[in-house]
Amino acid sequence: MPRARPVVQVSNFRKTYGRFVAVEDVSFDVYDGEIFGLIGPNGAGKTTTMECVEGLRIPDDGRISVLGLDPFRDIHMLQQRIGVQLQEAQLQKRIKVKEAVHLWANLYQRKMSDGEKLLEQLGLADKRNSWFMTLSGGQKQRLFIVLALINDPEVVFLDELTTGLDPQSRRAIWELVRGIRERGKTVFLTTHLMEEAEKLCDRVAIIEHGRIIDMDSPEALIKRHCRERAVVLSTDDPAAEGRFAAIPTVDEVTLKDGKLTIKGSEENLVTEVIRCISESGMHVTDFRTVLPTLEDVFLRVTGHSIRD
Amino acid sequence: MLRGLVRLTWIELKVFFREPLGAIGTVIMPVLVFVLLGKFGSNVSPDSGFTSSSAFRIDVPVFAAILISINAVLSLVAIIAIYREGGILKRLRATPLRATTILTAHVLVKLLLTAATLTLTILAGKRYYPVGADVPLFAFGLALVIATWSILSVGFIIASIVPTARFAQPVGAIILYPMVALSGLFVPIEAMPPTLQRIAGVLPLTYAVSLLRGMWGGDAWRAHLGDIGALALVFVLCTALASRIFRWE
Repeated sequence: MPRARPVVQVSNFRKTYGRFVAVEDVSFDVYDGEIFGLIGPNGAGKTTTMECVEGLRIPDDGRISVLGLDPFRDIHMLQQRIGVQLQEAQLQKRIKVKEAVHLWANLYQRKMSDGEKLLEQLGLADKRNSWFMTLSGGQKQRLFIVLALINDPEVVFLDELTTGLDPQSRRAIWELVRGIRERGKTVFLTTHLMEEAEKLCDRVAIIEHGRIIDMDSPEALIKRHCRERAVVLSTDDPAAEGRFAAIPTVDEVTLKDGKLTIKGSEENLVTEVIRCISESGMHVTDFRTVLPTLEDVFLRVTGHSIRD
Repeated sequence: MLRGLVRLTWIELKVFFREPLGAIGTVIMPVLVFVLLGKFGSNVSPDSGFTSSSAFRIDVPVFAAILISINAVLSLVAIIAIYREGGILKRLRATPLRATTILTAHVLVKLLLTAATLTLTILAGKRYYPVGADVPLFAFGLALVIATWSILSVGFIIASIVPTARFAQPVGAIILYPMVALSGLFVPIEAMPPTLQRIAGVLPLTYAVSLLRGMWGGDAWRAHLGDIGALALVFVLCTALASRIFRWE
């Protein structure tokens, strides 16, 4: 991956709340034009890190730079150039959608995105005159995206953007975030949804107990930590189990509920299984592959599931 | 940033009036209390031997004014607490809006409402309190705005320390209403025991009452420079303290 210029640089960042160490020795860069995800369970330090990068909190130690600015000292200069969506933020209950958009549009000095056009693009045009309190969860999040984009920012920060949304709204929001990247913006997001991170992010950093455990593209992380893959198939051939077990790259074959699970850790496992099927001419009624996901990576590197 | 302030103030004003209960509590209630007190007060015939009736009549406008002021402060405390609890303050702070702009917008809304309520109250109470040419209404209104501004800064401290919106209003009431009792509105300060006199001397409402009473009576501003100075001092001290302890979330 060609390395663009870093727009966010964090090095040896540390933040404590009283005696509780929220984040310890965290370092990472976010590059121009990528979607970078900070992933981990609730309470891992994702929001703390992001809010320090946004200049809303002061780090106890370490260096943070965003677009070459110090987020805390140069906050007013920086805020003109970034867009922010906060976790669990609200607006005034009875503020109208269009009022919020006009208010936000008036707060920035730089050239503005067209608020009306943004509302249209995010499917909120018919909600212009609605009060904030009457919007659904997905509509509120879309409005927050509109507000985050209103100043045509260079970097957009999205904190737990799709938490609490139904799968359909979630997918719609993913499309919008990809759209932000298409416009040449950098996106820095946090999520505890591994599927979201895998589908959306160019690179992710896994954070737990305030420390970054590993960082790379989802594909590279999966390759590094979880090579196991499996083919699950159904066949009435009694010799099938033996045939598959004889393939050199196969580690294990198990039979359960009439389905064979063939496990291995080489990339050519699927090819080898298919070749075996076609060479032996066995009758297969069901066939699917189980490939490792970011969720498996998380389980592997932290020793527990993200939902624990 | 003036553009942002004007817009935010305008939006907050509209949002306020979209909440029917808030408008009734802040604007209508003081007017009702004033009119009811007026009815009750005018039933007491001046020659029935109720000697304090003239003092009572003079003080009802001051009492109503204080009520309006405290109402404004309590509703500000509640709004700040609700905004903090709901993450609205935090969301606004993550924009180029300065902290002071956000708070100033709320103060302006409350001052506008205070002035509007006072005007309505005086209009509604005309029957019971014929306002003579000797009552400088504009000066009285200005005095009320000054007093409210000062007491609002006490409200900021309450708003800063109260953790949730649920407690904001009662805590505010517990702190503010006893001040009314000691403010000299009902019992002259000089008639109080020395300890209470000393307490009254540090309470901002005491100076607010003195200023409002003087303005209603037609005093010159010059005569109340001490009151204004005390109210200004309260404002400066409380604002400085509130800005140190104020929490955004």
